Amino acid sequence: MARDTIFALSSGRPPAAVAVIRVSGPAAFDCSTLVAGGLPEQRTAALREIREAEGGKLLDRAIILRFDSPATATGENIVEFQCHGGRAIVDIVLSALGSLPAFRPAEPGEFTRRAFENGRIDLTEAEGLADLIEAETEAQRRAALVLAEGGLRRQIALWQQRLMDLSAAAERAIDYDEDDEALDPALSSGCAALAAELGEWLARPRVEPLRDGVRIVVAGPPNSGKSSLVNAIAGEDRAIVTSLPGTTRDQIDVPLSIGGMAVVLTDTAGLRQTTDVVEAIGVARARALVDAAEILLWLGDPDGAPDHPNLILIHARADVRGPAPSGAIPVSAKTGDGIAQLLEQMTALASPLLGDGGAIALNRRQARHIAEAQCALADAGLASDILLVAENLRSARMAFDLLTGRAGVEDVLDSLFGRFCLGK
Amino acid sequence: MGAMHDVLVIGAGHAGCEAAASAARRGARVGLLTFRPEDVGQMSCNPSIGGVGKGHLVRELDVFDGLMARAADSSAIHRRMLNRSKGPAVWGPRVQADRKLYRRAVAGLLRQSGVEVIAAEALALVVREGRIVGLETSDGALACRAVVVATGTFLDARMFIGEEVAQGGRSGEQGSVALASQVREIGLGRGRLKTGTPPRLDGRTIDWSVLEGQPSDTDHWTMSALDCGVEQPQLACALTRTTARTHDIIGANLHRSPLFAGAIEGRGPRYCPSIEDKVKRFSDRDSHQIFLEPEGLDDALVYPNGISTSLPASVQNDFVHSIPGLERSVIVRPGYAVEYEYVESRRLKGTLEANDLPGLFFAGQISGTTGYEEAAAQGLVAGLNAAASALDLDEVRFDRRTSYIGVMIDDLTLQGVTEPYRMMTARAEFRLSLRADNATSRLGEHALRSNCVGARRRRHIEQRLLDRLAPDWAESEEGRADALYAPYVERQAREWAIVRSDSEARIPATLDFATVPGLSNEMVERLDAARPETLDQASRIAGVTPAAVSALFIVTSRRAAA
Repeated sequence: MARDTIFALSSGRPPAAVAVIRVSGPAAFDCSTLVAGGLPEQRTAALREIREAEGGKLLDRAIILRFDSPATATGENIVEFQCHGGRAIVDIVLSALGSLPAFRPAEPGEFTRRAFENGRIDLTEAEGLADLIEAETEAQRRAALVLAEGGLRRQIALWQQRLMDLSAAAERAIDYDEDDEALDPALSSGCAALAAELGEWLARPRVEPLRDGVRIVVAGPPNSGKSSLVNAIAGEDRAIVTSLPGTTRDQIDVPLSIGGMAVVLTDTAGLRQTTDVVEAIGVARARALVDAAEILLWLGDPDGAPDHPNLILIHARADVRGPAPSGAIPVSAKTGDGIAQLLEQMTALASPLLGDGGAIALNRRQARHIAEAQCALADAGLASDILLVAENLRSARMAFDLLTGRAGVEDVLDSLFGRFCLGK
Repeated sequence: MGAMHDVLVIGAGHAGCEAAASAARRGARVGLLTFRPEDVGQMSCNPSIGGVGKGHLVRELDVFDGLMARAADSSAIHRRMLNRSKGPAVWGPRVQADRKLYRRAVAGLLRQSGVEVIAAEALALVVREGRIVGLETSDGALACRAVVVATGTFLDARMFIGEEVAQGGRSGEQGSVALASQVREIGLGRGRLKTGTPPRLDGRTIDWSVLEGQPSDTDHWTMSALDCGVEQPQLACALTRTTARTHDIIGANLHRSPLFAGAIEGRGPRYCPSIEDKVKRFSDRDSHQIFLEPEGLDDALVYPNGISTSLPASVQNDFVHSIPGLERSVIVRPGYAVEYEYVESRRLKGTLEANDLPGLFFAGQISGTTGYEEAAAQGLVAGLNAAASALDLDEVRFDRRTSYIGVMIDDLTLQGVTEPYRMMTARAEFRLSLRADNATSRLGEHALRSNCVGARRRRHIEQRLLDRLAPDWAESEEGRADALYAPYVERQAREWAIVRSDSEARIPATLDFATVPGLSNEMVERLDAARPETLDQASRIAGVTPAAVSALFIVTSRRAAA
């Protein structure tokens, strides 16, 4: 059962100056029939004419790159076409490839999936790759690159080695102890030390705020100027503004980049008791959003502000209302006064949530498994029966297996590869 | 051909005797072939039965009415429950048995089972239409429906004492050359392993007064769940240690050991090394423990456990005399190393039947294991299933989640062996529920269904299963141990459920691994050798990478969907 050869446009949507079309699979080199003068030597580039068939119609002149398996991105033979990026050119080259036997368009994420299946990358690297492709800010790019280059994989390998050593010591004490000795305190302290180290990692910022943007929620009573503020920060009219209380009935998400950091600014329905069914749903949703917010901008009375660790009090419509109460930033959406100061404070609060991007940030899936391992190791450090020390160590090893994708294959693969767009 | 047997067993060691008796318990007419009938049930190495992990195997074997636990009880001259300071799941019952009494007990149990002992040499398997139909022996041809090969180290064995080399596994036993080459022709030959023994000492020349004695346990416990009522007088064992001088003598003569001179190519067990191995590899240790085990009530022989060696006899003499208490001891028989060929256990099914030759079963050391207990437990599995093959009964399989026997069979048939395989509790991921004290609870119903137990055993199992339902079960020792580990066992079950949701996916028997996209040649080779039946098994094969498991998963799930 020979595997299909897949192809797709791997660069952005045309039109563009250049379009990169990637072909991967056992028969990838068969596309040479479209290339006048044949493919170049492996790992070299050549300018070639692309023709419909040998001696047929000229489609484009393109740079052709050839990579021989197995040392390629997917582990398979790869040919890359760097064509002119016009829509018609891309379409005609893709359909010419599609006419070749055993060639078919790639599914979303299929190139990365093949790289994983062929052992070219492991799960954490694949996750990093997915993040890298989606990275929109500099911090996202740096964090994703650390993952994609195997930064977490190497760290995990170190932890697993220590875990193995601890397990080996426990097993030796169980199976090879002629003297039936007491539990070695060095084993307990070794478990506790590793648990503490994992705990430090867990205390670091997660990758999600970095990847998906820090969630900044604008909340307050109806008609307090939330939507005007969102529009003022976004610099365009994203929310409908009227003088009628209760105009915003559902959340409005505005993705933005502030000081190089991705944030999602969310406008919410005003918080009040209402008999309007639709508005009531919006209010309930707004309360949930306030709870989930990473930073909360509150436009109401400071005394009525929800309890939140990253709270910014705003005195809206500062141009028409009196002086701001103490601790609140006076802001006018109309004149733009105070917006700069607000952005500064948002940046200051968002920054620690993101880390510096150069260190390895864990995503929620990774953090869950590392937390399981940490919990088991902490128990191992406290257990007085060597058997329960060993059992907790086994459980910690299992958590690492799930983390690296050795167990629970289906889960991880599906959730991961579903994130890729076509051609990556 | 001669009289018809259902099952013929070649070799009357621990594996062969259990195989013959268990096939007979299922109603098969069984012949047991041995060169020397007087050696039936011989303990060829040390006189101890059980231990950590090994004791678990003996207790499990006992639930199926195996011979070993009962023979050990009736010949025990020293009992010790190992690991008593640790949790009950890893307590290891171990006895020292009187060599002669043990042999006599096994012979007696075999006689009761109706097994016919045949003094003959097996020459060749008779195969017709791809199935075993008989055996050529030195006494003529014998017809049968299934054969269990339990010949220990018979395949091209060589013995080493220093520079001296002799053919044969144990002295006086010639190897069956024809049978050996036939096994290789079937493609079951695997490689060479080595094992060793220490010099045997004359106990009357040991100065026991300077040694730390180790008395037998004072509380009465038995290996078998059925108390045989026989209680032999209990002897004390003793402990001593190697000294710096011992290590100097061994170090100065390392070049004379066939291990290091390159004469032995086979791999020995890492966990039970010869004394010269220990001195060389653990040079930071200045002393190693030696356990002095008496071989019998009316036998002065002592087995010094911990100094197996293949150094020349004169060197053995020198280093033994450097050990406290052994300064004037006399070596009755020098230690030696045996190197032997073993079969590829990955070509066997979970029933221990050869994949490619129906009716042919293997059990014991020939499959790459070491130890009496490991051999006997395989004998049980091969015997029960040889009877199944001959009489068209249900197969009896063991699961690694419910027994150490299952762990061993799964490891052997899936992972194969590169060094002599010894049972350890570390091999059992479900160790907390696989205790030596709950073997009957775990396997009782399985044993009853297998139809291989006598009336007394049946009553005992049924009673135990009833007891478990009684309200005061929680107060029993076993009930308390259950409760102690219950939270952990539940967590394991949850973890397992996560893995199982993918891993139960079956891999079609017809799947050609070479056609699976993304598998390297190395992975294809490993998978081909082990032929895993499920994704779970594939994930446990040594050296098979997560990426390979993913690739297999994708293929199997695509097939399931198609």
